[in-house]
Amino acid sequence: MSVDTQTVKRVAHLARIKVSDDDATRMTGELNAILGFVEQLDEVDIDGVEPLTSVVEQTMKKRADGVTDGNKADDIVRNAPASEDNFFMVPKVVE
Amino acid sequence: MTDLTKLTIAEARDGLKNKDYTSLELTDAFIGNIEAANASLNAYVTVTADKARDMAKASDAKLAKGDGGALEGIPLGIKDLFATRDVHTQACSHILDGFKPQYESTVTSNLWADGAVMLGKLNMDEFAMGSSNETSYYGPVINPWRKKGSNQDLVPGGSSGGSATAVAARMCMGATATDTGGSIRQPAAFTGTVGIKPTYGRCSRWGVVAFASSLDQAGPIAHTVRDSAILLKSMASVDPKDTTSVDIEVPDYEAAIGKSVKGLKIGIPAEYRMDGMPGEIEELWQKGIQWLKDAGAEIVDLSMPHTKYALPAYYIVAPAEASSNLARYDGVRYGLRVPGKDIAEMYENTRAAGFGEEVKRRILIGTYVLSAGYYDAYYLKAQKVRTLIKRDFDLAWQNGVDAILTPATPSAAFRVADQELHSDPVKMYLNDIFTVTVNMAGLPGISVPAGLDKTGLPLGLQLIGKPFDESTLFQIGQVIEDAAGSFEPEKWWG
Repeated sequence: MSVDTQTVKRVAHLARIKVSDDDATRMTGELNAILGFVEQLDEVDIDGVEPLTSVVEQTMKKRADGVTDGNKADDIVRNAPASEDNFFMVPKVVE
Repeated sequence: MTDLTKLTIAEARDGLKNKDYTSLELTDAFIGNIEAANASLNAYVTVTADKARDMAKASDAKLAKGDGGALEGIPLGIKDLFATRDVHTQACSHILDGFKPQYESTVTSNLWADGAVMLGKLNMDEFAMGSSNETSYYGPVINPWRKKGSNQDLVPGGSSGGSATAVAARMCMGATATDTGGSIRQPAAFTGTVGIKPTYGRCSRWGVVAFASSLDQAGPIAHTVRDSAILLKSMASVDPKDTTSVDIEVPDYEAAIGKSVKGLKIGIPAEYRMDGMPGEIEELWQKGIQWLKDAGAEIVDLSMPHTKYALPAYYIVAPAEASSNLARYDGVRYGLRVPGKDIAEMYENTRAAGFGEEVKRRILIGTYVLSAGYYDAYYLKAQKVRTLIKRDFDLAWQNGVDAILTPATPSAAFRVADQELHSDPVKMYLNDIFTVTVNMAGLPGISVPAGLDKTGLPLGLQLIGKPFDESTLFQIGQVIEDAAGSFEPEKWWG
């Protein structure tokens, strides 16, 4: 399978990365090189093979559903590009 | 007085206990080396000299009373991927501009609890995506090794290139690193240092910037097998904050060093003999086989038919997980923000300006293979192939194999800004051909320096072990180190 420049632009939009037309054209070639490389997997007989979901056999650890952490709003917003009264500030979303 | 920066961690540990020197003297010696070398080698992205001296003084106070942890007063470098409270933590990406976490990763917390001293944060490929440390926002790291009679700059490998260079050039006693497809073992091999990626689940991933969560593992880079065992003992732990951390007590890895390998079964997989592999790599491999034979190990031939599919499967699984992990960088909660006319444009502008080319490439591949209609053809298939790769290893263990010996890399270090490698991303990816199988199966792997090539550059051998059997890797690794000797680059830098 290979991608065209239109698909690259669509995928870039899904990934929320702005790309120029030139970027998209260049990336099309690069992505197709990688997709061409991974195509060798078609040679492998995967009939009846279960996908690997965990490399270590282990039951997922669980804990009681309780509050174990918190009261650190200052810490959480400290690295924000814009914040006010412990809220993250973003451009207006709703008209 | 002896050059304190030439000591191993094991030697410094004894020297500090005997009060032959103080941690402050040791730390100052390394800060001196960093100040002299960093302009040439670019291994550190930030140096925390004041903090280091404070930590060293605190260690000296403990040592004076005869107290102190396993790493008391030992100066280390930390890869920029580990969250360190109030200190530069940016995964060497522009998108994490100015980020200073208000928390500490479990691995570094463990190191500080054992008394280690932090010298600073080490350069790396952006978000650990790269095999040459050239994708860093902070510029490439330079390998302290050069070809005989050449002054051309070589890469230290990646993504833990800063860690490997800092150790090799005596800018720290040891360093933390991480390995998703070979990012500890390949740079260790390129710089004549020892690097181990432990079993998935051995070191906590909590507070380590995520790249591909089912593959990422932390581990150390150090001068000797013993030093890497000492560091891993402190880095590893059982951590309730990481649900993939495994409930197995951390053994005393150092106790395995010096044990005979007599009777151990070492597997040699035929499929690691790649077309076009330089003769010198094959010779090195044969030398390693002979050393282990001479030490009394039994050599058995193995067939691991799915080896060649590990790298293509990796280039589906890793980008898929990365595209999901890196969705969090949106200019809202931390790091860079580039304004736009609305919030969607702000996201797109921020991510366009904040991510480098390699990272964007992998996010796009990952987004594509996970997008509607392609999931089964790519991601699901890759995860099935991964089961087969793991099965190849499981069969070897079932047949009584104790460890597997392979070359660490298909070549020695290559030059910075190599046009051929940069024009074709797949060529660069082939660097991980021998290491990536280990991540796909979640196994431990160690790279040990084993010799120099004709041009005088270091080459490494890789040992792959059973899950949570790092001890056997240290045991066998020491035999290789004893036979091969140690390797030190000729100093040309400041």
